[in-house]
Amino acid sequence: MRSLINVEKFAVKKADTLKIQSNTNKSLIDGQKNVGLGGVGRSKKHDSADKHVAGEAIYVDDRPSLRGELHAAVGQSAYAHANIISMDLSAVKAATGVISVITVEDVPGHTDIGPVFPGDPVLAIGKVEFIGQPLFAVAATSFDLARRAVKLAKIDYEELEAVLTVKDALAKQNFVRPPFTMKRGDSDAAIKGATHQLSGEINVGGQEHFYLEGQVSTAEPTEDGGMNIFTSSQHPSEVQKLVAEVLAIPLNKVLVDMRRMGGGFGGKETQAAQWACIAALLANETKRPVKFKLARMDDMIMTGKRHPFENNYTVGFDAQGQIKGINIEVNGNCGYSPDLSDAIVDRAMFHSDNAYYLDQATITGNRCKLNTVSHTAYRGFGGPQGMMTIEMIMDDIARHLGKDPLEIRKINLYGKDDRNVTHYHQTVEHNNLSEIIDSLETSSDYQARRQAITEFNANNTILKKGLSLTPVKFGISFTVQHLNQAGALVHIYTDGTIHLSHGGTEMGQGLNIKVAQIVAEEFQVDVDTIAISSARTDKVPNSSPTAASSGTDLNGKAAQAAAKTIKQRLIDFACEKYQVEAGQVHFENSNVIVGEQSFSFAEFTQLAYMGRVSLSSTGFYKTPKIHFDRATGKGRPFFYYATGAAVSEVIIDTLTGEYKTLRTDILQDVGHSINPAIDIGQIEGAFIQGMGWLTTEELVWNEQGRLLSNNPATYKIPAINDTPADFRVALVPDAPNREHTIYNSKAVGEPPFMLAISVWAALKDAISSINDYKTSPALDTPATPERVLFAVAAVKAQAAAAAK
Amino acid sequence: MVENTIKFLLNNKLVNIENLDPNTTVLQYLREEQFKSGTKEGCASGDCGACTVVLAELDTENSGQLKYKSINSCITFVGNLHGKQLITVEDLKDGAKLHHAQQTLVDNHGSQCGFCTPGFVMSSFALHKHNKTPNRAEVLAALAGNLCRCTGYRSIIAAAMTSSEAVAEDSFAQHYQETVAALSELEKLPTPALTGNGHNFIAPKNIDELATALINEPKSTLVAGGTDLALAVTQNLAIIDKLVYLGNVAELTTIKETDTEIIIGAALPYSDFIDTLHHYYPELGEMIERIGAKQVRNTGTLGGNIGNASPIGDMPPALIALGATMTLHVNGQERTILVEDYFVDYKKTVLKTSEFIKSIQIPKPTAGQTLKIYKISKRIDDDISAVLAAFFIEQEVDGKGQKIINIRLAFGGMAAIPKRAPAAEAVLLGKSLSKELVAQAKAALATDFQPMSDVRASDKYRMTVAQNLIEKCYLELQSANARAVIETRVVNYA
Repeated sequence: MRSLINVEKFAVKKADTLKIQSNTNKSLIDGQKNVGLGGVGRSKKHDSADKHVAGEAIYVDDRPSLRGELHAAVGQSAYAHANIISMDLSAVKAATGVISVITVEDVPGHTDIGPVFPGDPVLAIGKVEFIGQPLFAVAATSFDLARRAVKLAKIDYEELEAVLTVKDALAKQNFVRPPFTMKRGDSDAAIKGATHQLSGEINVGGQEHFYLEGQVSTAEPTEDGGMNIFTSSQHPSEVQKLVAEVLAIPLNKVLVDMRRMGGGFGGKETQAAQWACIAALLANETKRPVKFKLARMDDMIMTGKRHPFENNYTVGFDAQGQIKGINIEVNGNCGYSPDLSDAIVDRAMFHSDNAYYLDQATITGNRCKLNTVSHTAYRGFGGPQGMMTIEMIMDDIARHLGKDPLEIRKINLYGKDDRNVTHYHQTVEHNNLSEIIDSLETSSDYQARRQAITEFNANNTILKKGLSLTPVKFGISFTVQHLNQAGALVHIYTDGTIHLSHGGTEMGQGLNIKVAQIVAEEFQVDVDTIAISSARTDKVPNSSPTAASSGTDLNGKAAQAAAKTIKQRLIDFACEKYQVEAGQVHFENSNVIVGEQSFSFAEFTQLAYMGRVSLSSTGFYKTPKIHFDRATGKGRPFFYYATGAAVSEVIIDTLTGEYKTLRTDILQDVGHSINPAIDIGQIEGAFIQGMGWLTTEELVWNEQGRLLSNNPATYKIPAINDTPADFRVALVPDAPNREHTIYNSKAVGEPPFMLAISVWAALKDAISSINDYKTSPALDTPATPERVLFAVAAVKAQAAAAAK
Repeated sequence: MVENTIKFLLNNKLVNIENLDPNTTVLQYLREEQFKSGTKEGCASGDCGACTVVLAELDTENSGQLKYKSINSCITFVGNLHGKQLITVEDLKDGAKLHHAQQTLVDNHGSQCGFCTPGFVMSSFALHKHNKTPNRAEVLAALAGNLCRCTGYRSIIAAAMTSSEAVAEDSFAQHYQETVAALSELEKLPTPALTGNGHNFIAPKNIDELATALINEPKSTLVAGGTDLALAVTQNLAIIDKLVYLGNVAELTTIKETDTEIIIGAALPYSDFIDTLHHYYPELGEMIERIGAKQVRNTGTLGGNIGNASPIGDMPPALIALGATMTLHVNGQERTILVEDYFVDYKKTVLKTSEFIKSIQIPKPTAGQTLKIYKISKRIDDDISAVLAAFFIEQEVDGKGQKIINIRLAFGGMAAIPKRAPAAEAVLLGKSLSKELVAQAKAALATDFQPMSDVRASDKYRMTVAQNLIEKCYLELQSANARAVIETRVVNYA
């Protein structure tokens, strides 16, 4: 076998050779070297692309109705915090079409479906802790009748005091999990001893996932009291476990089938399970199939979001702007239950450095309990909220010293051989960020545009432009160690076609095609001969969620292991049957070459079958090297880091606060790309989603704790016009991951999300121009036009005060 | 004569609907009655476009021609289909061959999770039916009502911008004449109606039938595009007892011009009058292009936007600023009033029982007049305004310079109804514009309105922006007279 990748040749090319325009993405995609018939490194289209465009791709709600299928709905809490005195459900039961009504009293098994820690009742138990919490469930003959019926309940509550702000939660020490601190050295002394000190705070808003396909599950009772579940979930194995637990049946009687999701983004990691459990409870009660589909508004009210954070900092730095000591406190609004919040706030803490060496550092994380829906995983998993503080600090230091923020960012980057240990004591290895930044600075024409923008701003009183370059360093691995494992199952049939199953779930990210490319590469067959179907718990058991950008890293390796096992059997068979050495057996171009003979892959599998060779194998993978001791706050939680950088240019209106992103240039390191087209799609999509988080996507709760932005008319994700007209995405060329990941690729799902911080920083740059870049404007996120206008007003006031 | 059936073409097949609740949306009908699951439900509120389908209808302007319009099937009632061809994503493939609108998305890697994709396909299909070489701006306008959460849109834009000129005629082109003939036959049918679950729908064909229907059933609910009304059904689970559809009433679906006025039928969709208004009032045309999205403008109407008397409708302030009038009709009797006088209080109007809006008359501009319009929203496309400001200013040049002889400053989003700003107007009327005068007008505006705080904006932002827009208008007027025009609007940046 030839070595696919020469890891010694790792180097970022000179900037001028990296200049890649958005319009040439296609040539970039097509131009990738085809390293084998299987096609690792090729821009294969998404395996479902033809079905997507034809309306032929089947999502859970598109499945043909099962005989006798019922539809579920739940009654929702009207209070943020209250004891339930009584529930009169007589009118609900009597309503047209209603077949069954259940409360938590009717649950045969576990009533708590908390994924890691308890705290998430499947249906309310005696009290409610947020507005919209499910109280009881109904199965009716239609979606419409079920929704109508739940509105007829009469619920008496005894209202309790609700905690609805992070400040209130902090004051009351109202936490879902205990606080945690990561510490290196004596930050207080270092800050005091530094030439300059600054402090500040920022509120970082949450984010609704707004997967286009809402939460949906169908439960179908089977013989022996079992249950088949068709669900839109990133974590089928957890759905299997929780359904089994609420029904009090063993796991082997529950089958979960997950063909594809219409988007997940973390919103279907833990929070798809409740709807599957409720559907299963109703199906068990009625002995009929039950579909539970959340209407969009209910989905937005009843499912958790990206955690809003309120962070603050104190920093000490020298005359050049290099950080000497820092204290950062991140306060996550977790909502009412732990869900995944412990790990999410941990990740915010792990990423409070982003790409920068903090020197003496104390990072504290609080997990605030509020009476809102329980916030959950969302692309970046707390990392983005953690990075916001340090990126704000970079701008604050720059304005304080009268320097370009890019200069401050560069001077604080992690070093290669020194200044390279994080505040959690992991050494940052193979760090290529200074090369990436230099390359992007050149390819994006940063310095010339910086000058042009300063000139534009001097000549324009109403509109102002801003520019910013921000990097991302994102740790890859689940920080909960045991999740870093995966399984796969590969069958070869006697016609030479291959069936592939793995524990990962397809939510649009192209995981299935990437894993198929890996298997095709192993056997050197056409990827189109590989069928990929649903993730099913009876094919690959005990799977981890498809999350943490780990899908390809974990499942790709597991599938490769399965393929290698079968391949070795085929080689052994060939050696025995044709009396050749193993070195004389080659897989090439859909053929198996045995010594002087050549067989088509199909012929050879037929021969192997006749020779009684097992053509099916599982594969397994666990990530090496990782460990973290939470008691000491030390370890290596991440196998490696994914890196990248972006430059964004914006224009703002100082009279209205309106703005537009004019141009974005991105350079992302995805290692040796398994599929450049898929990777570029992930980068572009993540960036725009991140931009939405930081600009127009505003979650608004009222004083009673009711979500007001509960539909797409009031919650605005980016639309097509928000994509920068000039949008240039490039992959760092010739950059195989130096850790032994699958084909030396790097994870891509989450890291580019945080490149959107460049848009927020560019908005601040534009605002700062009003006072000749002397002020670092405070700009909480999302930076709506309203927030931009008020930040403009504040800077204008400072400019006026200074002029006096 | 009324016939209790809705007839339309489902692709090439003539379909009758009888005995179906007229509160049923086209999306529900497709998924639950026709078992076509290619069209997706993303929001059921007309905001995401996943449910986009295309209607082909006879072009009243060009006989023998079809107009292809993308619409949101989730907020369109089935009765509205009568006499049209309904095309869904399943109809586009020709045998095993993907349609241009589909293949280009595949080629550009424009689908990820795929759930929004059928909607994008249909919007792109409708665009290419009328424009085989759309530019970027045209693509953005056609697709602004389709949300994608995965791709970031670049690949989708590239796909939709791919010229379809070289592509062989699709199956719709091949069956064009048959479709025209079939729809022409449907046009001759008696007035269609639909009854199901005890609820009724009727689609009168002329103004007399409409007036009579409303006299007979004064509690009927009028529906034109239904882009707002349908939300009551899909979101609030309302049941509408009696629907009267205005889209087939000949007199309500025309646009006419006189020497002094543009007369727009109350039930004419935006997309059918946007060009005319853009011609006379460019800023009004640009603003209309930001009302809803293409799918909404293809069905939504001026009568509907005024009729539901929402404080956040975008057209009423513009019409008030323009001094537009509206003609109301009840049982053969007509009266014409200023649009400004139509609104009484929150969702309360002067409309009497059985009365309906027939048309809206917009004066044509004359020399010395300027119309400035500003739509302020969180997102530039397909968003409801926090503030909509429309300023009509007529200036006269005398020996001392320019003097304002007529002014109307109208705002949406600032009060319970769209409303003028009398105090600010009083400051400016009869004066020559200056920086000092503008400062006074801004101060006066604070006495004109006490805006609300809500999910879209705070009271403080609304007032600050409204005041700043007076300043911006002043600066733009100054700039227009100066030699070097300064850019003042971010929306002008692509």
